[in-house]
Amino acid sequence: MNTYQSIRDALSHALVRDDTAVIFGEDVAFGGVFRCTMGLAEEFGRERVFNTPLSEQGIVGFGIGIAAMGHTSIAEIQFADYIYPAFDQIVNEAAKFRYRSGGQYHVGGLTIRTPTMSVGHGGLYHSQSPEGFFMGAAGVKVVIPRSPIQAKGLLLASIRDPNPVIFMEPKILYRSAVEQVPIDDFELPIGRADVLIAGSDLTLLTWGTPLYHCETALHMLASPPPQVSRHVPESLRGAKVELIDLRTILPWDVETVVESVNRTGRLVIVHEAGLTAGAGAEIAATVQKKCFLKLDAPVKRITGWDTPVPLQYEKFYIPDAIRILDGIVETLIY
Amino acid sequence: MATLARLRPTIARRTPFRVAARALQTSADTTQPLDTPHKSEPFQVKLHEDSFHTYRLDAPPNFEVEVTKDMLMTMYKEMSTMRRMEMAADALYKAKLIRGFCHLAIGQEAIAVGLEHAITKQDLVITAYRCHPFAVMRGGTIKGVIGELLGRQAGMSNGKGGSMHIFTPNFFGGNGIVGAQVPVGAGIAFAAKYQEKPIATFAMYGDGASNQGQVFEAFNMAKLWNLPCVFVCENNKYGMGTSAERSSSNTQYYTRGDKIPGLQVNGMDIIAVLQACRFAKNWAVSGNGPLVMEFVTYRYGGHSMSDPGTTYRTREEIQRMRSTQDPIRGLQHYIEEWGLATEEELKKLDKQAKAEVDEAVEEAKASPEPKIEDLWTDIYYKGTEPPFMRGREREEVHYY
Repeated sequence: MNTYQSIRDALSHALVRDDTAVIFGEDVAFGGVFRCTMGLAEEFGRERVFNTPLSEQGIVGFGIGIAAMGHTSIAEIQFADYIYPAFDQIVNEAAKFRYRSGGQYHVGGLTIRTPTMSVGHGGLYHSQSPEGFFMGAAGVKVVIPRSPIQAKGLLLASIRDPNPVIFMEPKILYRSAVEQVPIDDFELPIGRADVLIAGSDLTLLTWGTPLYHCETALHMLASPPPQVSRHVPESLRGAKVELIDLRTILPWDVETVVESVNRTGRLVIVHEAGLTAGAGAEIAATVQKKCFLKLDAPVKRITGWDTPVPLQYEKFYIPDAIRILDGIVETLIY
Repeated sequence: MATLARLRPTIARRTPFRVAARALQTSADTTQPLDTPHKSEPFQVKLHEDSFHTYRLDAPPNFEVEVTKDMLMTMYKEMSTMRRMEMAADALYKAKLIRGFCHLAIGQEAIAVGLEHAITKQDLVITAYRCHPFAVMRGGTIKGVIGELLGRQAGMSNGKGGSMHIFTPNFFGGNGIVGAQVPVGAGIAFAAKYQEKPIATFAMYGDGASNQGQVFEAFNMAKLWNLPCVFVCENNKYGMGTSAERSSSNTQYYTRGDKIPGLQVNGMDIIAVLQACRFAKNWAVSGNGPLVMEFVTYRYGGHSMSDPGTTYRTREEIQRMRSTQDPIRGLQHYIEEWGLATEEELKKLDKQAKAEVDEAVEEAKASPEPKIEDLWTDIYYKGTEPPFMRGREREEVHYY
């Protein structure tokens, strides 16, 4: 299965297991722009899988109302770039519903699915990564999977998590990432990072699409191609880099990251959103506090530039393998 | 801005556009008995013929309304109690015991009370920040409301919400963000329809919120999916400090639902409110889809406690509304005129209301403030929290 098929599979499990579950969003009854809801309307009925008008604030507000009635409400915002009109509903209503009603009400049944990150030609309004904007919204959770298996397990966990969850799906992985996905109903833990490669010299932390660029960068570090080999000192080529997929951006797994950095003494954070006040800023601040005496180099952030995501130069905007490699080298020789 | 200021008088003085030829009746005491008012049997009364204006509705609600003495007396007592409670909140605020934001509904009591007498406990209501009377009428207590305003454990949200955040099992709260509760109400109505429950959801907002984009988004979805949702605009004529005429190109709020039928109601006559809400509830549960209902009402106080309410309207205007259109005095007039009770008997109810509120205030004041540990509860579902949350100062970190 590729990622969109595994998401469709997860949604189908959610609808089968829970009669109160409904899926709605722009064009989801036709399968959605990325085919994640293909055939669900036919299988489960138009009462449970339906199209909404193009009104994001209304969609999220509507979803909050459904969830406040104890239902499982799965909303789709067609692109993460379109989530901004719903920002108020997410931050002021969804995140605070439980707190401000003294625990009488909650919208834990709400899950907002939205495609995120760049595809190489999405430009200003189809390639943004807004996860950092929600980091201060205590009360919601933000989850970003890296692969089909992860997407299915984390999405089912998000739908069933008793808190509202924003589930951001890296859109380039919908088709390009393929795995043997178990067809059973299974969940993966929210709030827990995943150590993909163990290491002792540097911690490389990322989530979503850039994971693949990180992997490429690590291969380049071990055996640099001729064009870049002069920039990678021989002594660094055997460095053991620990690669971590953060998976949950809020609340993020401080324990795993801090434990890792305390061992390696170096941290490089990679994300697609711009540098200033991106999710990496919060992580760097926490790590410098908790690992201050163990750090051998400043925490390095390799991110998008602080510009809008440009259409023509999108490839230069996103942190690619070369920039990551450069950041790793710089941090290792600091 | 100077140019705008010079232009404004010519805009503001334009005669407001009216859909109906005649102005809506907004007096509180124009209902007439049809048969002899009876003290133990139900009897018929007739509303003033301009109590309602309709938009895309085949017929207005019936002008002949069945009432009982008991109901009228209960409504009187409840309105009187609600006003007392809001006045107590006003005093507590001025005594600096209530801090933060506080919006009082003095003058608008007929709506919360009239609505409750027309619907059942199964029907659902969600409103904006002027929410105190609704919270009590929907099963809350005065102690619970005042306690919440004071930020005490006895408050209905355990003192953690404050004035705008009060809920009961069939009342989805006051909501502080202007207009945000309207699409939420549409979602609630959808869930009710999904469960095939024969209930109506009342999503309430003010004339100020009616210009928010998401209100129109909610209208569209509700009509598109035929949701049993009654959108209720409490038009108290001012959105904060700007009059309806200065903020809205169309001040006939009941006509703003496009294809959704509308009903404009005299919100100062509680019998008109009662009849309109009965009609709306029936409309929604009969599969007719949404309805936009506008109550023309008035708030005597400022928008919030920090607004004296006299910089954008004259004291004479407020005084005139108080003396000629007050909903409580209107109902008092009916009760006395129709020989259902004497002024003394009503005064006794007023005294009871005052005593009830005074007692609740004392009880609420005696309740302790929320425990420090509760600062971190109810953010995430218990057991699914992040490992820790930061506290009020640098060294204060709460580990779950």
